Amino acid sequence: MMFSAAFDAVIPVICLAMAGLAIMLAESFRLKNESMPLGGLAIIGLLGAGTASIFLWDRNATSFGVVTADNFALFVNLVLVVVGIFTVWFSSQTVHRDKIPAGEFYTLMLFSMVGMMLMVQATDLLLMFLALETMSIAVYVMTGIRRDQAQSTEAAFKYFLLGAFASSFFLYGIAFIYGISGSTSLDRVGSVIAAQSMSGNPMILLAVGLLIVGFGFKVAAVPFHMWSPDAYEGAPAVVTGFMSTGVKAAAVAAFARVFLTALEPMIAEWAPVLWAIAAATMIVGTVVGVAQTSLKRMLAYSSIAHGGYLLVGLVAGNDVGKAAILFYLAAYALTNLGAFGVIALLGTRERANDDLRDYAGLWYSHPALATLMTICLLSLGGFPPTAGFIAKWYVFSAAVGSGYYWLAIIGVLSSVVSVFFYLRVVVMMYMSERDARPVPAPITTIAMTGLALTVFGILYLGILPTRLIDAAQASVATIF
Amino acid sequence: MTFALIPLSHFLILSGVLFAIGTAGVFLRRNLITLLLSVEIMLNAVNLSFVAFGRQFGTVDGQIIVFFVMTVAAAEAAVGLALVIGLFRHRESLNPEAFTSLKW
Amino acid sequence: MGGWDGLAIMIAVGVGFGAVSIFISSFIGPRNPTPEKMAPYECGMPPVGDARERQSVKFYLIAMIFLLFDIEIAFLGPWAMSIRQLGWPGFVQIVVFFLILVVGYVYVWRKGVLDWGPEHDPDYVHAPSPGPAVIKRYRYGTRN
Repeated sequence: MMFSAAFDAVIPVICLAMAGLAIMLAESFRLKNESMPLGGLAIIGLLGAGTASIFLWDRNATSFGVVTADNFALFVNLVLVVVGIFTVWFSSQTVHRDKIPAGEFYTLMLFSMVGMMLMVQATDLLLMFLALETMSIAVYVMTGIRRDQAQSTEAAFKYFLLGAFASSFFLYGIAFIYGISGSTSLDRVGSVIAAQSMSGNPMILLAVGLLIVGFGFKVAAVPFHMWSPDAYEGAPAVVTGFMSTGVKAAAVAAFARVFLTALEPMIAEWAPVLWAIAAATMIVGTVVGVAQTSLKRMLAYSSIAHGGYLLVGLVAGNDVGKAAILFYLAAYALTNLGAFGVIALLGTRERANDDLRDYAGLWYSHPALATLMTICLLSLGGFPPTAGFIAKWYVFSAAVGSGYYWLAIIGVLSSVVSVFFYLRVVVMMYMSERDARPVPAPITTIAMTGLALTVFGILYLGILPTRLIDAAQASVATIF
Repeated sequence: MTFALIPLSHFLILSGVLFAIGTAGVFLRRNLITLLLSVEIMLNAVNLSFVAFGRQFGTVDGQIIVFFVMTVAAAEAAVGLALVIGLFRHRESLNPEAFTSLKW
Repeated sequence: MGGWDGLAIMIAVGVGFGAVSIFISSFIGPRNPTPEKMAPYECGMPPVGDARERQSVKFYLIAMIFLLFDIEIAFLGPWAMSIRQLGWPGFVQIVVFFLILVVGYVYVWRKGVLDWGPEHDPDYVHAPSPGPAVIKRYRYGTRN
């Protein structure tokens, strides 16, 4: 065999990278008005990565000493594959409608997913940084992919500038970690920190602080969230759906890996900081979200708040919390993809139709879309028969299990407040009559099927969550 | 070598000062290109610490890391400049105050 | 001051020579300016227009692409230094690395970023003008 076992852990990533390169080549040789099934190529790559991840389950493969394929990473990989497939699915209609350059879009999407997967699989801080940049740079370009729109380009630049700013903080944190332990490998760093018990060392505290800033930016935690409403609003809705789920999943998973393995001995130092950040994130995301008039911007703040709930699981730090993070990521990814899918399908080339008022009377013009959107919003708000409810309940029970009662109370209260703005949209869709507005293109069956599948996933996870919860628990049991 | 006279802390202080200059530049300067340059200064400040730590340990690890960071910085600069060109086409200005179609 | 004396003397001599030259020439040199003398020197040609005119965006594109490919060369140096230790696996790795870069290069080339001529298709808004082969095929409708 030419591929020895040394390559096992990177096979999912190789699948995505090959598909990305193939699309790039195909796009290079595409004639001007020729249409190519580039999305299909992307799906093939994603399915390959997903299959490889399933086959690698329980094998604990490692490659080159810096990439691991433990169940934790594979679980997140599978969530990312789902995110990728649904993004391609919904984009099948909008890419053509908005004249988004399809080749570039799918290539960038796959390359950013290479970064996401490597970020989750990395056991070395340097590789994690490189993966984070691979992911981020591709997503910056995706944000600005509608070059004809000033808003999109502007959002991309703001995202780029703050993202680059944050990654230099992250890198500075890595530099200090390297200075303390002489290595960037998480195992070595962890053993050095555990052996020397230098919690009082200012350099290690500085390093941890800088890492929190870097990760905080990527998961859009308050006070590092300023970029996300702008970037989410300016980007095309399909891209927003992709980055609000994919980037967040990868960043949260890497955050958990670094802080719950290498920096675990210092939990007494960083837990209070993350406690405050999680609380602030939930409160700000919810309170500011209430005041929004654009649905995309409102969902951006909601996604900030959801980042806060994910951090609650991280602060709790117990086994329930770790599994809760994974389950929450899966539930949140499905829900948000569905919601942004509906927004994407309702837009037109000239106008995104993402104002709250544009949703008035949606039930009368698009009953199916309104129903699907309702279920997504209820899941975001955490209503019982949906995945969002189970996820939130699981996270808060983890917080209570570790004795963080106040954090759980803040979380529950902010979810209750958030229900207000989700329900406002629902009420808008059913109650008000729709007046004359630009009508979107008819929704294709393919896109509708995709939406229906996400909603089916939401309800399935909401009613029969045990299988996924078991998988999540199994995948955190093997590591950490 | 006379360089051995310079203790590690001096490199770290210089790196910290450069990083602070870059950070201040991102917040204070009013030209998109200068903002990009400030971010580059921050990355290079970190590079300096990596090399300094690497020298302290007597290994080349620090320098190898710098290689990768330089590559990342180049890719970032390319994307940043492309976005600046895109913005300039829409607004004919490099002043961040002109970009207000989104709430900051 | 250990080994620093020599450096200090060199800096002092360098700065001193420059300062003294400027001072003496401004002090004893004759001074009768004419418009020709005050104009910026451009190889003897009379200067035309403002120096701060806008450059074609192609310059920036070329600069960016150069920046990217130039940095990749940086990885070739360490590989060349340790080529014997790395052996064939190292060779395969560097070839794969460059194949990936070649895909990027092909993309840039086919998208016409490397075309410096005035040929340009204004209808093609969402990408830089296509490469020469594409234009030819598009024009004459020949597909091979």
